[in-house]
Amino acid sequence: MNAPLATAFDWPLATHQALSRLGFGVVGFVPDAGHKRLIELCQADARMRTVVMSTEEEGIGLAAGAWLGGRKTALLMQSSGVGNIVNALGMVSECRFPLLLLVTMRGEYGEFNPWQVPMGRATGAVLREMGVAVQEAHTAAEVAAHADAAARLAFGGYCAAAVLISQRVIGIKSFQEQAEQ
Amino acid sequence: MSLHRRDVVKALLADRGDLLVVAGLGSAAWDCTAAGDHPLTFPMWGAMGCAAMTGLGLALAQPARRVLVITGDGEMLMGLGSLATIGVQRVANLGVVVLDNERYGETGMQQTHTAHGVDLAAIARGACFASSVTVRDAAGVEALRRAVHHAPGPWLAQVKVAAEKIPLVLPPREGALLKNRFREALLGASAALQ
Repeated sequence: MNAPLATAFDWPLATHQALSRLGFGVVGFVPDAGHKRLIELCQADARMRTVVMSTEEEGIGLAAGAWLGGRKTALLMQSSGVGNIVNALGMVSECRFPLLLLVTMRGEYGEFNPWQVPMGRATGAVLREMGVAVQEAHTAAEVAAHADAAARLAFGGYCAAAVLISQRVIGIKSFQEQAEQ
Repeated sequence: MSLHRRDVVKALLADRGDLLVVAGLGSAAWDCTAAGDHPLTFPMWGAMGCAAMTGLGLALAQPARRVLVITGDGEMLMGLGSLATIGVQRVANLGVVVLDNERYGETGMQQTHTAHGVDLAAIARGACFASSVTVRDAAGVEALRRAVHHAPGPWLAQVKVAAEKIPLVLPPREGALLKNRFREALLGASAALQ
């Protein structure tokens, strides 16, 4: 069994601090085991409005509308969710909406569920094809720094930027381990 | 006598005050433009299914302003899950008007699910909206005019309109322009420095 690397480093806490420091006021997500702690930190932050969504595609509208109204949005999703936002990303590109995506990978490093593998394998390429800047975080220690850099790129450059958080960081290998989290 | 979509939208946007409007792609956006192109209307040319959620984002960012989404039945059907998301957020300043001609107007007037009995107002009720209504006549439109500015949201109105082919009245197409003019009108010149 592969133990997750560098679990001692609290990447969700550091990432939440980065989002807070940069003034993100809206956080949209579909519940996700890998993002569980970051979601909870955002929900506990009175300066962040968290929005639970039915599907990740809703997040693109959410972020666009919030930016029209002057607020920054971060979207948290799993790599499978990237498949659900592809057409809507066209609006982000055409309108030059700034957008930060934090994506926990599945189907990538030690995946046990074969149904996750095709989308996991395509996630980075799909995002790049849609004009999203992609940064990959392979260790817990680099997630928050990548999130900070991607946010600056997105909101400084009026574009979409994604951080792909490796399954190596998340460390979930089976349903049983997930249930015991 | 059936309602005409252009008349409905013109009535809803008359004396709009400081209303913020998101127009879903296709005929609903053309209707809003026919009522008068306005910097505080964001007409969508794509992202089908995302209009209501764009309204939610705007309503959350601007809690002191009234936000109105005007969209079509086909566009709304593509984002049905967003009704549940909006209902759960309980945003008091958001309203959604669905112009329901029971057709996909841009692709050849094929029937949508609402032509076969799917009831969007009932779905909104089931999705925790504060209120929802089906509008079929001029009296209903008049009541809806008041709701736009005063009803506690989230509310949804399914307005049954005639299935008619009418002239295109197009807003500007460029997305960045539409975004920037909206933000400048809402947030002032400093929006460009955010």
